[in-house]
Amino acid sequence: MAGGKEIKSKIGSINNTRKITSAMEKVAVSKMRKAQDRVAATRPYAEGMRKVIGNVANGSLEYRHPYLAEREVKRVGYIVISTDRGLCGGLNTNEFKKVALELKSWKEKGVDAQFAVIGNKATAFFKRFGGKVVAQQAGSGDVPRLADVIGSVKVMLQAFNEGRIDRLFLVYNKFVNTMKQEPVIDQLLPLPKADIAQKEHNWDYLYEPDPQPIIDMLMDRFVESQVYQGVVENSASEHAARMVAMKAATDNAGNLMDDLKLVYNKARQAAITQELSEIVAGAAAVG
Amino acid sequence: MAMTVQLDVVSAEEKIFSGLVESVQVTGSEGELGILPFHAPLLTTLKPGMVRIVKQFGEEHVIYVAGGVLEVQPDTITVLADVAVRGEDLDEQAALDAQKRAEEAMQHAGADFNYAEAAAQLAEAIAQLRIIQKMRKK
Repeated sequence: MAGGKEIKSKIGSINNTRKITSAMEKVAVSKMRKAQDRVAATRPYAEGMRKVIGNVANGSLEYRHPYLAEREVKRVGYIVISTDRGLCGGLNTNEFKKVALELKSWKEKGVDAQFAVIGNKATAFFKRFGGKVVAQQAGSGDVPRLADVIGSVKVMLQAFNEGRIDRLFLVYNKFVNTMKQEPVIDQLLPLPKADIAQKEHNWDYLYEPDPQPIIDMLMDRFVESQVYQGVVENSASEHAARMVAMKAATDNAGNLMDDLKLVYNKARQAAITQELSEIVAGAAAVG
Repeated sequence: MAMTVQLDVVSAEEKIFSGLVESVQVTGSEGELGILPFHAPLLTTLKPGMVRIVKQFGEEHVIYVAGGVLEVQPDTITVLADVAVRGEDLDEQAALDAQKRAEEAMQHAGADFNYAEAAAQLAEAIAQLRIIQKMRKK
């Protein structure tokens, strides 16, 4: 029987792989649901923050925060959020491709770039790709906490304050729905002006107690909340992408097993036919 | 009909309240603030305390916030709270325990004692208890 045993063991090994991918799919489904809830829960705060900051940027305030001022771009900073683990389809690859493309266009303009990376995959990527990594953060797990991102954010804000970078971007995978996750690059600093038409008259806030501490605090909170929102979205995207990838792997393993079973049965049938014809031929020769 | 203004109360974890209100009372860093529709733009930080809301048609709500930022525009009010809990979800026993812990920590202060932190915890616990008592009276 030609290769029957080999085919059988191959089927067995594929079956085992399928069991693993199907288990991973189920885990990803339940983790994705929780992550999705977290995205929905944190969105109102990030949106409220964006609304307030939009108003602050539109008013003519007595205290102009440095985060509002456009500067000539000589160096840029990126906060790149990735997953800690792989096996989630093209999620990270697509994101890094987008960053690499942007970097190319910056390089043509003679602009340097620095990176703060969150997640193991981004760390590994920038090690291969090159580029100045000023902060690293990994292992935030399935339940990201605000405290996890503050370190990286602080490094970048400091770089901005000291003029080591002139623009700060945030890169993450936006969770659109289960089937679709989009890598996005958002400009964090200086704050992009809200698209709404400028109000005609000049106005300023009443402050209690003083403008500077409140606006300083608000700006830092804003950046932190945007980065945190990015981490939460990225985690939901990760689980969704893994779910889809594992479902595809499970389906493929099933197809492969069906094909191999057909080959195995054909080989078995051929072997039986051959044996029979040998017996018949043998009997005819004797008789 | 009374005039109303859009109010959003959000914390980092969830959206606590969103809707039209007739007036809002909050604890600002400099004292109590009462805000009616068409208030001038205002920006202030919040102390641990309560947000008392009079909804459209006069229904009252109480929310506990542990600090944050208040932004007022003539047509919208936004409370960005660090932590916010609906009045009816407050846990009296937990607040009492927290108060006791903070007071004890302040009395038996060790070498590595952080006074500011304990004082902040105590202020939060007292603010929660005040809301609970106020709600019980009604």
